[in-house]
Amino acid sequence: MSNEQSVYIAGTGVISAIGNNVTENLASLKAGKAGIRAMQRLESVHKNTLPVAEVPLSNEKLAALAELPAYISRTALLSAVAAKEAIRNAGIDLSQWRTGFISANSVGGMDKTEDFFPEFLQDAGKGDLQMVVNHECGAVTEIVADALGVKDFVTTISTACSSSANSIFLGARMIRQGQLDVVIAGGTDALTRFTLNGFNTLMILDQEYCQPFDENRRGLNLGEGAAYLVLVSPKVAATLREQPAAQITGWANANDAHHQTASSPEGKGNLLAMEGALKKAGLQPSAIDYINLHGTGTNNNDSSEGAAIAQLFEAPYPAMSSTKSFTGHTLGASGAIEAVYAVLAIREGLVFPNLRLQTSIKNLPFTATTTLEQKEIRHVLSNSFGFGGNCSALVFSKVLR
Amino acid sequence: MSSVFIHSTYAVSPQLSFDTLLANPEQYKGERFSCKEPDYTKHIDPKLIRRMSRIIKMGTAAAMECLLAAQEKSPDAIVTGTAYGCLADTDQFLTRLVEFKEELLSPTAFIQSTHNTVGAQIALQLKCHKYNNTYVHRGASFEAAMLDALSLINEGDAEKVLVGGVDEIIEHSHAILRRFDLYKTDGSSETLIGNATPGTMVGEGAAFFLLDQNKQANAMAKLDAVQTFYKPTGAITALIESFLAGQEVYVNDIDLVITGHNGDVRHNGHYDHIARSLFANQPAITYKQYCGEYPTSSAFALWLASNILSTGKVPGNTAAASPKKILIYNNYKLNYPSVYLLSAC
Repeated sequence: MSNEQSVYIAGTGVISAIGNNVTENLASLKAGKAGIRAMQRLESVHKNTLPVAEVPLSNEKLAALAELPAYISRTALLSAVAAKEAIRNAGIDLSQWRTGFISANSVGGMDKTEDFFPEFLQDAGKGDLQMVVNHECGAVTEIVADALGVKDFVTTISTACSSSANSIFLGARMIRQGQLDVVIAGGTDALTRFTLNGFNTLMILDQEYCQPFDENRRGLNLGEGAAYLVLVSPKVAATLREQPAAQITGWANANDAHHQTASSPEGKGNLLAMEGALKKAGLQPSAIDYINLHGTGTNNNDSSEGAAIAQLFEAPYPAMSSTKSFTGHTLGASGAIEAVYAVLAIREGLVFPNLRLQTSIKNLPFTATTTLEQKEIRHVLSNSFGFGGNCSALVFSKVLR
Repeated sequence: MSSVFIHSTYAVSPQLSFDTLLANPEQYKGERFSCKEPDYTKHIDPKLIRRMSRIIKMGTAAAMECLLAAQEKSPDAIVTGTAYGCLADTDQFLTRLVEFKEELLSPTAFIQSTHNTVGAQIALQLKCHKYNNTYVHRGASFEAAMLDALSLINEGDAEKVLVGGVDEIIEHSHAILRRFDLYKTDGSSETLIGNATPGTMVGEGAAFFLLDQNKQANAMAKLDAVQTFYKPTGAITALIESFLAGQEVYVNDIDLVITGHNGDVRHNGHYDHIARSLFANQPAITYKQYCGEYPTSSAFALWLASNILSTGKVPGNTAAASPKKILIYNNYKLNYPSVYLLSAC
């Protein structure tokens, strides 16, 4: 691949249940410290039965970090905290470049809408309209884009749990095509009763702490958070004080076309996404050193993702783990949070452990990594699959000097 | 950007068809327009029809009719734009969640509430395993989907892309939005445009397009360029001029301008200023008297323009017969000025 086509990762920002910034997230990943616990902040009748991975900060504390008012959607507050960290980390003066902000989320300002609704249902003329002005997914993005002063391109993607993987490759593609120089790309989602109850009706929530890729897995734990990468062209990268450690080299989006919510048993969409991403990166499966699994912990996801990996890879299998065992499933944010972890894996030379794995899945020829492993990581494959059969895979590669 | 062709298009809209729109357009009174829904049994399994909400049915039917017109079963990508997503399913799940206090909920509405449901259902119907993406960025949702489609073609990742814009009105969303003083209470589609009172009439619709890198025998139009701006601070006339210059097109080359006038006195000045200062001598029509105002209405405008170019017939303006080059300008809530340039092929 020529240097002209490279898209570098100049900065990262993340907030999740395991930390309010990249440094804290990395420390938790290294210490094997999960963020899943009994519900503290979200008001729900399932408070005592469904553990979740909440960001421990109140809206007021998030607002102070985000430098935004506390009354706006938590989805936007989380987004602003992570996006601002990513830009600070990159150390780029955005006004010098054609800059885009590409975000993603699954339910926009639903955290406010669901508080508005009870009063509105009693009387259609009631309910504070301030609580619904930012209901739309795009409204959440605009609050943050305006706070960042980004104007050249602003958009929002919503493909359920694969949303932010799509925003990252769109940013990379636009830079590669010369449309933009810098893109802040990622996603955000706050925990809501809407989503919690939705997943609960599907009976895929674990009442204990989730165990992704375990033979006896019971389901997923929901989480919340946000993460962004600052993607830059080679021209921008050349101006940076610190040369980027990683670049995005491959991506693909495919559809499982099997069922609105369930994955096909053979993981057809997963397989097509992984194959496509490797092809775009010009890599053989054997070049992958680490797979950050979608690994939600549901019976269906892990078996079909496992089946797809078994079809594409052969022994010796790459190291793999689901960091959702730390962060829970953060939906529209998960692809971006895991992209930040992929960059950390490359930069630090680490494979993060898959927590609480006791029994490997019996009919798979590989198992997830259960302890922190130190080794050189040149290429990471990151999987994100969602409702609607939306499957995306990204490849991140070490920048060789 | 290299240009692409609009091979086919279909819209489920407040109008029955392009022909009836020309001959005798459907008229609406009050605050809103509503879609004329087609016979869904032609494209969707009756068992699924019962379960699907209106936006999913409208989107799926528009996509299927569009593909049928092009005799295409397997596009290389499906890209959808929707500002509000699946409101009916979201509303149903949220209402039950409140009323039953988070107990005894069924999953169907939640499953169908995600914003990517329309694109996903089209993929399911077609068994299409290719690229599938959904953009949800307010008044630029359809533009974002369109720009993704064009970028995919430029990247060499796709030759034929199915791209659409969908939005629905439901009772609850309308009850909330009307409290923002957006609509005329005594509106009339016949007198909407140029009206001197505040408020517009709200609309809805689903319009899909099959874009093709290659010119097929029955292609409807050539899409020369699309551009959208986010809350620009400078003069919009200058942005449009530079858009045209980028295409090496002079104002005099444009045979028809289609503008997004919505009958709201608070927006009239904006559209009038652009029409007066840039296109004073160009034949011009408006389109929101046919479909109403909604975040993805530019998809309806593009459907209209494609039909005008392929038939040579211009609704409401017989002076502008057989235009060869059309410019569409829309600016939803004056935050997302968007321009489309199309040519006859």
